[in-house]
Amino acid sequence: MSELALLPTRKDEAFRYTDLDALAGVWPVAREDILVPSGQITSLSLVEQGESAVARHLVIEIEADAAFDLRILNTGNMFGRIAVEVKLGERAAFTLGAVQLGAAGETLEIVTQVSHEAPDATSRQVVRSVLGSHATGTYLGKVAVARGAVGTDAGQSVRAMLLDRTATANAKPELEIYADDVKCAHGCAVGELDAMGLFYLQSRGIPPAQARRLMLQAFVAEAFAGAPEEERLQVLALAALEQIV
Amino acid sequence: MLHIDNLQAMVTASGADKPILKGLSLTIKAGEIHAIMGPNGAGKSTLGYTLGGRPGYTVTGGSAVLDGEDLFALEPWERAAAGLFLGFQYPVEIPGVSFVQFLREAANAQRTRRGEPALSGGEFLKLAREKAALLKLDMDMLKRPVNVGFSGGEKKRAEMVQMGILDPKLAVLDETDSGLDIDALRIVGEGINAIMRKPGKAVLLITHYQRLLDYVKPDFVHVLAGGRIVKSGGPELALELEEQGYEAVA
Repeated sequence: MSELALLPTRKDEAFRYTDLDALAGVWPVAREDILVPSGQITSLSLVEQGESAVARHLVIEIEADAAFDLRILNTGNMFGRIAVEVKLGERAAFTLGAVQLGAAGETLEIVTQVSHEAPDATSRQVVRSVLGSHATGTYLGKVAVARGAVGTDAGQSVRAMLLDRTATANAKPELEIYADDVKCAHGCAVGELDAMGLFYLQSRGIPPAQARRLMLQAFVAEAFAGAPEEERLQVLALAALEQIV
Repeated sequence: MLHIDNLQAMVTASGADKPILKGLSLTIKAGEIHAIMGPNGAGKSTLGYTLGGRPGYTVTGGSAVLDGEDLFALEPWERAAAGLFLGFQYPVEIPGVSFVQFLREAANAQRTRRGEPALSGGEFLKLAREKAALLKLDMDMLKRPVNVGFSGGEKKRAEMVQMGILDPKLAVLDETDSGLDIDALRIVGEGINAIMRKPGKAVLLITHYQRLLDYVKPDFVHVLAGGRIVKSGGPELALELEEQGYEAVA
């Protein structure tokens, strides 16, 4: 998935749903390398909350017995793309909790490739998207388990909530497994807010926008649960949600 | 308090409209408790949902006025602030949203709309603790997501805790007695009395059975059949129904 200087096309799977015109404005995307040395535990909160276009390309190597916790809030930009490549060493752990909140004609995408290259590593990905108006939210996530990477434990939970019939969610959790004795789970759902739940909240005196905000806040909260900066992220997500409900 | 006049309503399900209420009239004065009984499909739940403003329940004629306010001119959340509380037969689960947060936002949204000052966190918790104790519901339950993992009885007790906190003028309780064991029935019955048996308040109990009425003594009992009230009487009417069935009495 190395992003060459040549602008990608839609034929390139990782750019299938990209806003190519917006991408051209920020191309080429600089590669950001992160190394988590053996035995270390680190975390990063990535908040992309602009008003124009942004593309990031993180390449993360997590060495043996190390852990990396990555949280992403992707919102506000007309185009916001975050690509993450992760390579896991033995018994390494990777956590991704990502929230995409899109309105108007925004195109937001998270593209991950998590490679389990050694035994007993763990990866957890939780992605929650809330999309209104004509927004498009995409998650393309590939988990690759190499030959010999036994004891791999990988999970992907991808859910999107559409606030309007005109919004679009694309989700493609993908597994490529070349080892035996691995545990890989993925779940994916695209839906709308529960109408009966909304009526229940309103029947208690809560106005519609506040009821939607309350339910959506709960929906995205899971992605930030347990993060070192959980409180800050939840507050930022809530503020962004209030803009789109 | 509540004046329902010639109410007609239909339910839209799977794209088809079905008239359910066909000219229902009912007046409830402050301080009164009324019970509506009736066979399955009579329109009892439809009455509750129509008063509450559930989407899919359309008023096609008539009116409902609560203390001078035309309920059907208000949105569901505005009806709550006007003093209406709807107790659900099947309380809805809302994953991820705690009862405490939900009820504090609800109480304060109602207060804001009525031009009253909001409750502080401390004031709200004191109130919630008091009402939870009244219904013998562990306060820790209110820290959990709304109705998620609650038993049938716990859900109904939690409904009554909500009613206690929100302090409505009129409670329309749709089969609040269903799914309750004998002890829970007594607790819920006593809770309704403690919260709503007051001069400025009124209750409309929608029920199939006499048993809740042993605890919450109604002043009036009505029989709903075919979308309208076909018979009204005192508490003795409920006993008569229990003995002889709807067909014989109404």
